[in-house]
Amino acid sequence: MERPLTKNIRPDGKPVFIKEYESLGGYQSVKKALKMQPKEVTELVKKSNLKGRGGAGFNTGLKWSFVPMEGEFEHKYLVANGDEMEPGTFKDRLLIEGDPHQLIEGMIVTAFAIQADEGYIFIRGEYTYAADVVAKALAEAYEAGYLGTNIMKTGYKFNLHLHTSVGRYICGEETALLNSLEGKRANPRAKPPFPQVSGLFGQPTIVNNIETLCNIPHIINNGVEWYNGLSLTPGDGGTKLFGASGKVKKPGLWELPFGVTLRELLEDYAGGMQDGLKFKGCLPGGASTDFLVAEHLDIKMDYASVAAAGSRLGTGTMIVLDDKTCPVGMVLNLEHFFAQESCGFCTPCREGLPWTEKILRKIEEGKGEMKDLDILQFHTKFMGPGNTFCALAPGAMAPLQSALKYFREDFELHIKEHKCSWK
Amino acid sequence: MLTAEEIHEIKEEFHLYPYKQAACIEALKVVQKHRRWVSDENIKDLAGLLEMSAEEIDSVATFYNLIYRKPVGKYVILLCDSVSCYIMGYETVLQHLERTLGIKYGETTTDDRFTMLPVPCLGTCDHAPAMMVGNDLYRDLTPEKIDEILNSYN
Amino acid sequence: MAKIKINGKELEVDPKKNLLEASISAGFDVPYFCWHPKLGSIGSCRQCAVVKYRDENDKVGRVVMSCMEPASEGSIISTDAPQAVEFRSNVIEALMTNHPHDCPVCDEGGECHLQDMTVMSGHTTRRYEFEKRTHKNQYLGPFINHEMNRCIQCYRCVRYYRDYAGGDDLNVFSSRNRVYFGRANDGVLESEFSGNLVEVCPTGVFTDKTLKKHHTRKWDLTTAPSICVHCSVGCNTIAGERYGTVRRIYSRYNEQVNGYFLCDRGRFGYEFVNSDQRIKKYFIPGATEGVNKTAAFDFIAKALKGKKIVGIGSPRASLETNFTLKQLVGSENFSTGLSNFDYQLAKLAVDTLRNGCVKSPSLKEVELSESVFVLGEDVTQTAPMLALAIRQGIKNLVKPKADKAGIPQWNDAPVREIIQSAHGPLHIAAPVATRLDDVATTTYYNAPENIARLGYAVAHYINSKLVLPSGLTEDVKTLAGKIAADLLASDKPLVVSGVHCKNEDIIKAASDVATALKEAGKSVSLSLTFEESNSFGVVMLNGKPLEVLFDAAKTGKVEVLIVVENDLYRRLSQERVDAYLSQFEQVIVLDHNCTSTTKKASVILPVGTFTEADGTFVNQEGRAQRFYQVFVPESDTAESWRRIAELAAAIEKPFEASSFFDFTSAVANAMPQFKGIDGIAPPPDYKIEGQKVPRESHRYSGRTAMKANISVHELKPAEDLDSPMSFTMEGFQGEAPSALTTSYWSPGWNSVQSINKYQIEVGGALHGGNPGLRLVEPAAKGTYYQSIPDAFKVSSKGLVAVPVYKIFGSEELSAKAPAVKERSGEAFVALSTADAKKLALNEGDTVEISMGNQVTSMNVIIMKELTEGLAGISVGYCGVNPELSEVSFKK
Repeated sequence: MERPLTKNIRPDGKPVFIKEYESLGGYQSVKKALKMQPKEVTELVKKSNLKGRGGAGFNTGLKWSFVPMEGEFEHKYLVANGDEMEPGTFKDRLLIEGDPHQLIEGMIVTAFAIQADEGYIFIRGEYTYAADVVAKALAEAYEAGYLGTNIMKTGYKFNLHLHTSVGRYICGEETALLNSLEGKRANPRAKPPFPQVSGLFGQPTIVNNIETLCNIPHIINNGVEWYNGLSLTPGDGGTKLFGASGKVKKPGLWELPFGVTLRELLEDYAGGMQDGLKFKGCLPGGASTDFLVAEHLDIKMDYASVAAAGSRLGTGTMIVLDDKTCPVGMVLNLEHFFAQESCGFCTPCREGLPWTEKILRKIEEGKGEMKDLDILQFHTKFMGPGNTFCALAPGAMAPLQSALKYFREDFELHIKEHKCSWK
Repeated sequence: MLTAEEIHEIKEEFHLYPYKQAACIEALKVVQKHRRWVSDENIKDLAGLLEMSAEEIDSVATFYNLIYRKPVGKYVILLCDSVSCYIMGYETVLQHLERTLGIKYGETTTDDRFTMLPVPCLGTCDHAPAMMVGNDLYRDLTPEKIDEILNSYN
Repeated sequence: MAKIKINGKELEVDPKKNLLEASISAGFDVPYFCWHPKLGSIGSCRQCAVVKYRDENDKVGRVVMSCMEPASEGSIISTDAPQAVEFRSNVIEALMTNHPHDCPVCDEGGECHLQDMTVMSGHTTRRYEFEKRTHKNQYLGPFINHEMNRCIQCYRCVRYYRDYAGGDDLNVFSSRNRVYFGRANDGVLESEFSGNLVEVCPTGVFTDKTLKKHHTRKWDLTTAPSICVHCSVGCNTIAGERYGTVRRIYSRYNEQVNGYFLCDRGRFGYEFVNSDQRIKKYFIPGATEGVNKTAAFDFIAKALKGKKIVGIGSPRASLETNFTLKQLVGSENFSTGLSNFDYQLAKLAVDTLRNGCVKSPSLKEVELSESVFVLGEDVTQTAPMLALAIRQGIKNLVKPKADKAGIPQWNDAPVREIIQSAHGPLHIAAPVATRLDDVATTTYYNAPENIARLGYAVAHYINSKLVLPSGLTEDVKTLAGKIAADLLASDKPLVVSGVHCKNEDIIKAASDVATALKEAGKSVSLSLTFEESNSFGVVMLNGKPLEVLFDAAKTGKVEVLIVVENDLYRRLSQERVDAYLSQFEQVIVLDHNCTSTTKKASVILPVGTFTEADGTFVNQEGRAQRFYQVFVPESDTAESWRRIAELAAAIEKPFEASSFFDFTSAVANAMPQFKGIDGIAPPPDYKIEGQKVPRESHRYSGRTAMKANISVHELKPAEDLDSPMSFTMEGFQGEAPSALTTSYWSPGWNSVQSINKYQIEVGGALHGGNPGLRLVEPAAKGTYYQSIPDAFKVSSKGLVAVPVYKIFGSEELSAKAPAVKERSGEAFVALSTADAKKLALNEGDTVEISMGNQVTSMNVIIMKELTEGLAGISVGYCGVNPELSEVSFKK
């Protein structure tokens, strides 16, 4: 099984810096891509079926193709979204800290494809070590002539900067991230216009997730056919970093082909549940995905299959709920997070999430009433897709609505017994 | 008054953006790096330097949870309170911290050494519970480990 | 035009609009908060949800925010589909989770957009049972009250204040459901347009602090259409009264003039009406406590009989008043009330607009201009709403960038994102820094002479046949070349100047620039500012400058002087006015407030302010506009024109005219330049469905009780023979013609947002057209002045005074309003850094300065932009000699 994204990553997690990276075949894709036409690179990536790894799963090449290639622009920008703040997600940290040049290489090729001349690596403020690693790698890449005004003496120009953020989950939303990069409040922007047309500083911009960008060198180096062949699922190219946290025996992160089953992930890779605990359910791709339960264990982990089961592949890092952890408490924790992280821009999210949190707390504290479940149910619809300005609140409603569906009796038990029986 | 060093560092950040107001967050970070937190006076000084109003800077500063607009201790403890850490029992860690330091979330120890704040998921969920002290990440926390960690910060 | 369908009704709409605008324009009630016709859409409140269908076969549709959807061809929406109705009700419920429901004690109650939208959305029962979040309020100055708990986070305040009005000291802080709108710290809101927050805020977060002090519900106010008296722009207002005091001013929509907004001087300057300096009695010699009307007129009849009467009118009095006075005393003995200098200056400006080839733009047209050159004015201080319009105008040249990217202009945030901070050219030349400098492309601070010379240089670079002033530096030439190029590069350049530099050559240079642009084929306009509300009108009326009467008094008969609504001490030096007044047997002053002139009067007749009078003003555009009496005061006051007519009758020279309409018609008939002004509003016998237009709402309360302490019998209401309006709630309660809008109301729409219902389309013209009549139109061909002054030279005699105007303080009437007074500060003299050093003066020092023989104590301020050799004098402040000259100092 090939593991292109993590093949360089050392068991001790120490970063691979430039000499070693080059010796492992690094920066070959830059050499190759710079000899191609930008549109060819985009076309190749489009055909590779690489889909955005930040959670939305949109075809990456297609996204790039919306960047205007004609016309005069002051700048075009490429931004790497390293604002990994989705609870339960810890995949980009590994890629940044373990193999920073892979990211930089991917960004150079991407920048070339969209003809961006300026780029930023946006890393969340708490990833202090990752920021140090990237800073060093960037300096190396400039030194080696992979970045700057005359990349590998081809005359191509691409400047890449590091930006460390100062908190707020909403920065992970690409337009909010752009506002934050501009030194503003990270409120999401209206779409359309999409960033490809008017993004950072009003210029054409692509924002891609770290993991997404790390795929690019391998697609260029090895071709579309190879890349599609990595996956067990036709239509979802490449490998994916899958992870598991919660009370499993071996929590961790693994690069695996699309199409492994949830059961394989849980049992073969995460080692199954800790002794004495039963699998009650999981959020398959971070906090803003719907619960999957035991009946779903045999579904394939790819975009379509997870969606068919009523959830989303999201970031591919699952959070496992065991039978000794209170599901109401878990959902309360999630909604507390989302209520805290609402940017305060649109009404349903700003007002609805704190309300949801308060009801859940009431239930968890044993003061709940049956009518509260109706109000919770109402909120899952009220904050549904299309009703809010961005995807934060609909994402927040995913675990709640599925918990109400699968764990309703647990909610009712809290209400009937006037206490949390898990405590 | 901002120090010459702070002003120099902030001006260095101007180069990364098409106009200096875009370096607003970077400027706040610089001040915080030197002073632990950003005071009203600092906001006014930054306003002068960035040619923005105090309101414009504070609007940004108060949006972000890692910009501190109130005094914090020498080390800020960011204890993850998100879902994986919840499942793995961060509350025990929190209680231990509260007992040991005598502070709750949002408070600073009387010796001004530690301020404890909640933080969303630190992205190390396979090693939950986790926390940061200053710039350092600590994982797989237990009460015993905490004592050891706290003792290493003076 | 795009064909769309709303609730099954087929409509043709402008595809550049959004579906919310289209729905409201078509008369459908869709609730909204964050959208505003002047601010565009941001999609934050989620209140304007409708259901949009893919096509005719789609019966399910999806909920969309109508403010964020273009009214594109084939759009099919329903505003009353159940899912939309339910969602809108849920949004209100969500907003109400933190709203305090303190309507009974909230100043906004009864005209609250949030109340209206709550009722409209059908939300009645609340399920939220937890604690509400609370905030601390801030002190924001004398104008605006802050009550953050009521906030529904629509973001309108910051968008208006920052993006529209250019303020930077109001913002949003924090995040999630803690977002807070206010200042970084307690303090006065600095924008000159902060009062509009009162109308922009959909609920009671920002309310009118002056109203709060004498609070009255909207429905209990007696209101009438009015015109602002505090500058020459002539913003349309509605003034409201109860219990004999005026309680507030708010904006009366006029698409061509002020649109939705007012400046703070206009909104908060009204309290001179309620001042304890009001003249409420008649005074004759020997009666210091005042006498009744009969006694006063008996005295007048005797004292004036057979006497030669000289009359001084006023640029702050109505056309009717000035005309009536002129009729009484005859042209030879009538003065406009302006000093010779100010009269010639104002006349030059009026003549330039009347005889020149360049159009004087309405504010709406200013908003549509593309490049701007301002000569000699700090417009924000002298004609504030013109400045706000310029701020909008300079965005036009960069707006196409959004069109090119396919972003509709109503999509506010993306438009601003793609435009960034770019804007069209705005070049400002002024003696001091101005409040538009933050968006200026270039600023040129210099002496008035040099500003004029720059103007002439610009004219030369537009039309090389015009003379280039000699001796200009290369820098000035380069600047002039750039300004000329910028103006030529746009289709709609605008030149702005006015009288506030007290320099004719500046106006002439501005006119030459505009004329050259006109000849270059541009749709150029020339906006000139004047000092007072009716400066334009009184100059058009013709009259002698004050000095001509003063001189005549030296040789001719000096018996009786009538001064109407004019404080001569604000026109000429104390010495000259004292000398002049002392010559008369009788000095009869008609005014509403005590002034230095009333102190010298032998007879004082009380007259009404704008709220107790009908009249017509001509604004700086040349637009005649009508204001109406709001209420009948208890004290015996009347319009000045009526007083003059009474006086005429007393001396047996009665006028034929009796009602207001008669007097207006008399002006229109007697002087062709005023033709048509009797038609700008319906005549007094006008009725709708047999009824007058009421000044009180159908909900007006307490009318049988409010005077019960005087008599339990309800007094007979006053009749209004002068206008088609009644002083009571009796009358037609529907929409009246636009010139007679006494208040905005429509079923379900109690707030000012009901303006939507008075417009042909949202943000457009009022039904039946915008009120007012332009009295000047450009000629086909213009001429050049080409009167180039010599360059400014530092005088050896002392510093040369240049006038510095302050929005709060320089204007006579508003300065008497307590709230404005609080903002005015003291009289000051501004010095350049170099001169201050030479004179060893520091900021904050108090000095005695003398101009002519008049000595005034002033505070020193340092203005680094001021040219060496100039002294900026705070004109209009108490005790400051209006005759500016060389300044000498005494510490």
